Amino acid sequence: MDLDIVALSRLQFAATALYHFLFVPLTLGLSIILAIMETVYVMTGRVIWRDMTKFWGVLFGINFAMGVATGVVMEFQFGMNWSYYSHYVGDIFGAPLAIEGLMAFFMEATFVGLFFFGWDKLSKVGHLIATWAVAIGSNFSALWILIANGWMQNPVGAAFNPQTMRMEVTDFFAVLTNPVAQAKFVHTVSAGYVCAAVFVLGVSAWYVLKGRHLELAKRSMTVAASFGLAASLSVVVLGDESGYLSTEHQKMKLAAIEAMWETHPAPAAFTAFGFPDQESRETHYAIHIPAAMGLIGTRSLDTVIPGIDELVKRAETRIREGIKAYDALQQIRSAGSTQTVTQGVRDTFENGGADMGYALLLKRYVDDPRNATPEQITKAAWDTVPQVAPLFWLFRIMVGIGVLLIVLTATFFVLSTRRRLDSHRWLLRIAVLAIPLPWIAIESGWLVAEFGRQPWVIEGVLPTAVAVSNLGVKTLLLTLAGFVAIYTTLLIIEMKLMLKAIRKGPEAEHAPDEGDTLSHIPPAHAGAAVIPSTGSAA
Amino acid sequence: MILHTLLDYDTLRIIWWLLIGVLLVGFAVTDGFDLGSGMLLPFAARNDIERRVVINSVGPVWEGNQVWLILGGGAIFAAWPQLYAVSFSGFYLAMFVILTALILRPVAFKFRSKRESPQWRARWDWVLFFSGFVPALICGVAVGNVLQGVPFRFGADMHIFYDGGFFGLLNPFAILCGLVSVAMLVMHGAAWLLLKTAGAVAERARTYGIVASVLTVALYALAGVLLATSIGGYRISSVVDAVGPSNPMLKTVELHAGAWTANYAAHPWTLAAPVLGFVGALGALLGLVLRRPVLALLAAALGIAGIILSVGASMFPFILPSSIDPRASLTVWDSSSSHLTLFIMLVVTAIFIPIVVAYTTWVYHVLWGKVDEKAIREESGHAY
Repeated sequence: MDLDIVALSRLQFAATALYHFLFVPLTLGLSIILAIMETVYVMTGRVIWRDMTKFWGVLFGINFAMGVATGVVMEFQFGMNWSYYSHYVGDIFGAPLAIEGLMAFFMEATFVGLFFFGWDKLSKVGHLIATWAVAIGSNFSALWILIANGWMQNPVGAAFNPQTMRMEVTDFFAVLTNPVAQAKFVHTVSAGYVCAAVFVLGVSAWYVLKGRHLELAKRSMTVAASFGLAASLSVVVLGDESGYLSTEHQKMKLAAIEAMWETHPAPAAFTAFGFPDQESRETHYAIHIPAAMGLIGTRSLDTVIPGIDELVKRAETRIREGIKAYDALQQIRSAGSTQTVTQGVRDTFENGGADMGYALLLKRYVDDPRNATPEQITKAAWDTVPQVAPLFWLFRIMVGIGVLLIVLTATFFVLSTRRRLDSHRWLLRIAVLAIPLPWIAIESGWLVAEFGRQPWVIEGVLPTAVAVSNLGVKTLLLTLAGFVAIYTTLLIIEMKLMLKAIRKGPEAEHAPDEGDTLSHIPPAHAGAAVIPSTGSAA
Repeated sequence: MILHTLLDYDTLRIIWWLLIGVLLVGFAVTDGFDLGSGMLLPFAARNDIERRVVINSVGPVWEGNQVWLILGGGAIFAAWPQLYAVSFSGFYLAMFVILTALILRPVAFKFRSKRESPQWRARWDWVLFFSGFVPALICGVAVGNVLQGVPFRFGADMHIFYDGGFFGLLNPFAILCGLVSVAMLVMHGAAWLLLKTAGAVAERARTYGIVASVLTVALYALAGVLLATSIGGYRISSVVDAVGPSNPMLKTVELHAGAWTANYAAHPWTLAAPVLGFVGALGALLGLVLRRPVLALLAAALGIAGIILSVGASMFPFILPSSIDPRASLTVWDSSSSHLTLFIMLVVTAIFIPIVVAYTTWVYHVLWGKVDEKAIREESGHAY
């Protein structure tokens, strides 16, 4: 197994996923904000709310196109770069992806056309339904993707089939109701809402600072601040739920995030700050908060959270058990079926089956895990420790930004209830500067979740190093460079167009309309079209 | 969960083989006309306003249409995981080129109208052409290679190995299949533009469409003759276990000249597929000549469906034959998901496909009518 192929395949997946994840959160949140704004328009009949929907809709559209463009790659690259993964877990993992297309993405993509093109072709309520369909479709899409991802973190409801040499579903309901997937869904979707709220808040704050489009900007800020506050609180609560579930299902990820090298007596302390050192297995200059980790991780005072050293020992035992199971599997495979081998072999396979993935960790060092030396087994056991320092830091960046954004949205929520959104220019400047923060937190969060699961692609079942396609290094370099070049170019163009659309603002968007249409459409319609401009001038 | 035993494993496998066909036809018929319109864009529309008419005729619907492809990919993953794994990793660079086109396409639609500069717009127009032409060509080339067998094998623990390169895909028969695919989608796109536009654009599209439908018939006939005479097929030479485990290595396969036409001889009703291919393409030709856009569009759609289904009918039960280790070939009987997964996915599909078809129909109904230059100018705020 060539490690270069593994490293390049991982790099390509990370690059394409991180790019895709720049656009998805804004789509998730902004679609809901658009639907809220348009609902206000339909309920009150006030045209300013329609103009808000249309203006933010322009920015939504630019972002949405990029989300679709980068999303297509995600659907196909499991097969392209991770063919053994696709074979090994496709029976379970493929289903949520297909259902996502069927149930969610179809709805989102079909109605997004009506959102942009249907303003004059649909009744008010008809158009509102289209907008909500886009919002609901996007969010359902996230649900199914996170059911798939949740299964990678906590593979429930499946068993290994020796005859087909792959995992097969045994309990689909368990896959659907996977607690890790549920917690991840709400956490991720809420993060998307915060992202969109901070974006709308920041852009509107810029308008207020410039004294432009005040009516539209202040209303938008009110929506963004209240929506953002609720969402940012939900991110933290569900983030905590994710942490609690990690204690149950991904102990190593948790230990790495906390740089907990050794097992501490319960309740363990939380390391707020420090410099984890993977070589010497200790954390320098650590600042501890007594008992906090035990409380967050186990919600109790007496449950012990195992440290990295202990988990490695457990992994070593599981590798040894896994080798036995792997041997039994090979006997079953050469015999043709489970029926034709001795009871002893069958029992070994049944009992050790849960550890068989651990034997596959050895495939990095030896083709047949049964031939592994004790040194290789120890090495493979240490491979179960992810890179501690990046996880430790990325997690703290994510949480730090999360807390900051609660303060930010809460501040603007209070200001909006007192109708004093424009009273502190320095606060508005902070809101503008805060625009990139949610993206930094979200990308960090993706890295914590996926990098923290290493060396596994399916936790405890399939090591990442075994899951790749047998492609050439040159081929991989070519496509990696190609994807990065295309995405970067498009990202630059996208940001320029976004900035252009923001600078142009909502009125300019209508200027040619008004100039062109006033002369030959009935006065009533023309009157309605003029209201927003007089409104914002007042 | 024992409900899934209501349907036998082999029945489910056949249903899923048909459903993948339905999804591919859904993709080719819906996204087909907007890929075709993209290919016609630089030729049927000569100035900016004409090009905007063409782009806006597919503008509101192409995104939903493309989901048929995404769903096709997802459904192959869920129902035929080995097919997904072998074909996508085997055709790696070809997939990369298709993806490049599909990445650029949404962006081209959205970004083109955001700036006035003629160079900016001309550049995106060519991107739209390229992103229509390339997927159409490569999908056809891929089918051409599948019909000839693809160089893959399984190693220890079912690891997949592919012993071929990108340029090996570009053999004469595969390119012929690629051209059939391009011609049929141009024919379909032309029928769409005749329906949705008026004046010079519609006239030019009609001319190109007439040429494309004639080419579709001629090239498809040529490919059929070659398939029957000089492309050797495959057949299973061991006993078929239709409800066996999904492990392709449990059977033996032999090369057999004429195997790809054996199904038509054994079950003459399957000839309906290629017949539909010819009749549909000729019907589209007739519709274009008589300026009957609805006839042309429907006939083109049926023709495309017939052509795609005929590939499946020729190869059944093979899905992806292996040229270097024939017994590794993926067939309907040994490369599907588990019984339970196929059943669950069938239930989900049976519920949601009618819903999807219903709201898609509603959206087309709302958007019914021609796109003309006046409408584009008036809607400058949100049209492409």
